[in-house]
Amino acid sequence: MKLELRGITKRFGALIANNNISLTVESGEIHALLGENGAGKSTLMNVLYGLYRAEEGEILLDDKVQKFAGPGDAMNAGIGMVHQHFMLVPVFTVAENVVLGHEQTTFGGRLDLSAARAKVREISDRFNFDIDPDARIEDLPVGVQQRVEIIKALSQDAKVLVFDEPTAVLTPQETDELMVIMRQLAETGTSIVFITHKLREVRAVADRITVIRLGAVVGEASPTATNAELASLMVGRAVELTVHKDAPDLRGTALSVKNLTVVDALDQIVVNNVSFDVQAGEVLAIAGVQGNGQTELTQALIGLQHRVTGSIELDGKQLRGYSVRHILDSGVGFIPEDRTEDGLIADFSIAENLMLDRSSGAPFVKAGNLQLGFRAEFAAEKIEEFDIRSQGSDMDAGRLSGGNQQKVVLARELSRGLRLFVAAQPTRGLDVGSIEFVHTRIIETRDSGIPVIVISTELDEVVALADRIAVMYRGEIVGIVPGTTPRATLGLMMAGESAPATEAAL
Amino acid sequence: MSDTAAPTGAVAANPDPDDRKTDGSARWNQTLRDITGGSAMISILAVVFALVVGAVLIAFTNERVQETAGYFFSRPGDLLQAVWDAVAGAYSALFQGAVYNFRANNFLTAIRPLTETLTFATPLIAAGLGVGLAFRVGMFNIGGRGQMLMGAGAAGWVAFAVELPAGIHLIVAILAGLLAGAIWGGIVGLLKARTGAHEVIVTIMLNFVALYFIQFLLRTPGALQAPGSNNPKTPAMLSTAIFPDLFGPRYNLHAGFLTVIAATIFVWWLLSRSSLGFQFRAVGQNPRAARVAGINVKNIYMYAMAISGALVGLAGINQVLGTVTTGFGAGIDAGIGFDAITVALLGRSKPWGIFAAGILFGAFKAGGFAMQAAEGVPIDIVVVVQALIVLFIAAPPLVRAMFHLPTPGTTRRPKIRAVQAPKTPEVVAK
Repeated sequence: MKLELRGITKRFGALIANNNISLTVESGEIHALLGENGAGKSTLMNVLYGLYRAEEGEILLDDKVQKFAGPGDAMNAGIGMVHQHFMLVPVFTVAENVVLGHEQTTFGGRLDLSAARAKVREISDRFNFDIDPDARIEDLPVGVQQRVEIIKALSQDAKVLVFDEPTAVLTPQETDELMVIMRQLAETGTSIVFITHKLREVRAVADRITVIRLGAVVGEASPTATNAELASLMVGRAVELTVHKDAPDLRGTALSVKNLTVVDALDQIVVNNVSFDVQAGEVLAIAGVQGNGQTELTQALIGLQHRVTGSIELDGKQLRGYSVRHILDSGVGFIPEDRTEDGLIADFSIAENLMLDRSSGAPFVKAGNLQLGFRAEFAAEKIEEFDIRSQGSDMDAGRLSGGNQQKVVLARELSRGLRLFVAAQPTRGLDVGSIEFVHTRIIETRDSGIPVIVISTELDEVVALADRIAVMYRGEIVGIVPGTTPRATLGLMMAGESAPATEAAL
Repeated sequence: MSDTAAPTGAVAANPDPDDRKTDGSARWNQTLRDITGGSAMISILAVVFALVVGAVLIAFTNERVQETAGYFFSRPGDLLQAVWDAVAGAYSALFQGAVYNFRANNFLTAIRPLTETLTFATPLIAAGLGVGLAFRVGMFNIGGRGQMLMGAGAAGWVAFAVELPAGIHLIVAILAGLLAGAIWGGIVGLLKARTGAHEVIVTIMLNFVALYFIQFLLRTPGALQAPGSNNPKTPAMLSTAIFPDLFGPRYNLHAGFLTVIAATIFVWWLLSRSSLGFQFRAVGQNPRAARVAGINVKNIYMYAMAISGALVGLAGINQVLGTVTTGFGAGIDAGIGFDAITVALLGRSKPWGIFAAGILFGAFKAGGFAMQAAEGVPIDIVVVVQALIVLFIAAPPLVRAMFHLPTPGTTRRPKIRAVQAPKTPEVVAK
């Protein structure tokens, strides 16, 4: 089915989220929608899916103008959406999830699951998905869950499939498999809109690329365009995807983690006997697919986990078993992976957020009183230094863009005297410009002789920053390899295969 | 292929128990924040609408209105006149009973209702500050009754059973009451911090514990019961421990009002100028981020509930040392612990907002009696108006939470863009 968007304009108050966007997706074409976060991609797709009503413009399917009052209309017209966060019920089976919302019943109101199973099998066979209709969603790996989402859309006879940032949760291998599936779908005539901000994927799979910036189409590109060309289209200037960094100036072991084990509230061992050292002046990246214990490892380092055994020694002093306050006071700087939940208080001003983890002593507090004058000066200084784009230090942090929010967290953590810097997913969801800023700052921190741990699920980021890479899988470190290790090897390690040859070298 | 896939689903979300708790009640927390954090305009509109609905009720229950409604179609003017008379009469009686009596001979008599209002407002403000402080830390303190009773019991006992020089006696009695309230509130914080018990349940249960404990003491000779009496009532307070009248014996207003002003200033300083208050607000807004920032969330819960309890205890102190100095029974709290929730809501949990809301509710109480006496309008109308105020303030966020409706004006993604995007309009032009 041919999808055409003509002159879509969507406003939120004074802001134009989509400005006169026109887009044509031919039948059987994979059309990549590339743009930074906040460029207006998701808004556009929500308009297409009937979630928002556009002020101007029209949606055409096979040259017929459509009017969508809601997602139901869009689905009926043949538009399917594969959301970034899966809309699946974990305790239901595949078949049950697929019919959810479109249940067919037999006599007496009983659910006709056999028809659903047959449908799942049929679609699954058509694309070699290899999915058991009776498997429970929670037992399936993420990549397979995503395929269930695809089946769900296809079972509603979707002719246009929208993939909203589909690779964010996948391993490199799963990503490659998804690319194959997208190709297959396109060959059977399904039109695909592929929303992403990852350049490599776009070039690998897209037939055509439309770049959106600040709500408007800024250009079209072919898949043969280079990363640099696409990136500069996205941000409007040339960006470096790899950070300039010199060889590390190693100054001896600063952090030494030995036999660290973390047990979670469900009595599961989430970090299993992990040991590693970090030298002053180097970046150790902890890579791995999300959910393999990195989060808990980070939390254990900062004192947020309670059931921890083993040892965490920073400059010879034991940190395990101490409070978060003590660990922060020992000079550990921390960027939490969930910036909006753990890193910031949305209803606090920038200035208040900048003093958040120093709320109990000098220089922000004297004799129990907040030093408002000092705080304002400090905030003004940091806003300048870290280029936090805001309407002043009294602006609520929740109203900042993701990149600027992260700069607030970064400014707060880096303005303490640090002896260790732990950054978990420091650039998740950020635009290219902010990523560059954060990366530069991290390398500067390293070069000032501070040991740095970067936890990231983004291979690009790991490769760009790391001097050494520790790969985690199922709570264990599969291996610690040099930063120059090829992606393919890292990908295999992220899937649990050890790399003995390189492991021995370090 | 799927054998190489990671076990992501299984271990993806396993935060520690505290995190999960906050996750599970995230929507409830947000609702609490919406209810308590709205703007002053919402408060004012809620009062206005509540008064309008109250007017309707006054009109409906008025005999003259019912009578004239019988022949509405022949002489509609009579009905309208009757409605106007009923409503205007009732509300002007309310005003004259609460603020300024125009029929009085001289200014000193005419202003007496205002001092009555402030007298009624005194414990409401104190308890409202306590409840509002708990709101700001993300907690619902429904235990006003228990904390008031404990505060009143301790202050009262010191006031009638201990003999101390004037001045010192009063201060010791106040401190005893504050301490008792703080302990009673602090228990709640302790239980919440150590066991994860929800403060709403605990405070409600402790209300009953306090009630029966005080009743027991009131029936025990040598404890709170007046010697030689069989009534569950204390003896009169010693004169050395009583709040002095502010404007002489003609007015009921006592120096307890000054303690409430001091408490309001203290809470303002605590929340907006102190380091502890900063941590209070951080925990109230986002306990997860507060914890990551090294704030001991559990301790904060305990401190906040202790201070909240002490403030509510101050309401009890004002009752026994200022308003009812002739001895008190188990009904000394007079429902103020619950009215305080309304006061805190109406005051948007801000110290001076609570101060103003407390005075308004004091005016309702003072004026309600006058309204009943002068116009025969039942004082229950005032209670209905108070209830409607709560309803108008709390209902919209509650309804949204119950039916999972989106909050208008929240900072979802499109709105975030709304803030940042216009700053670089020149790029759009390209």
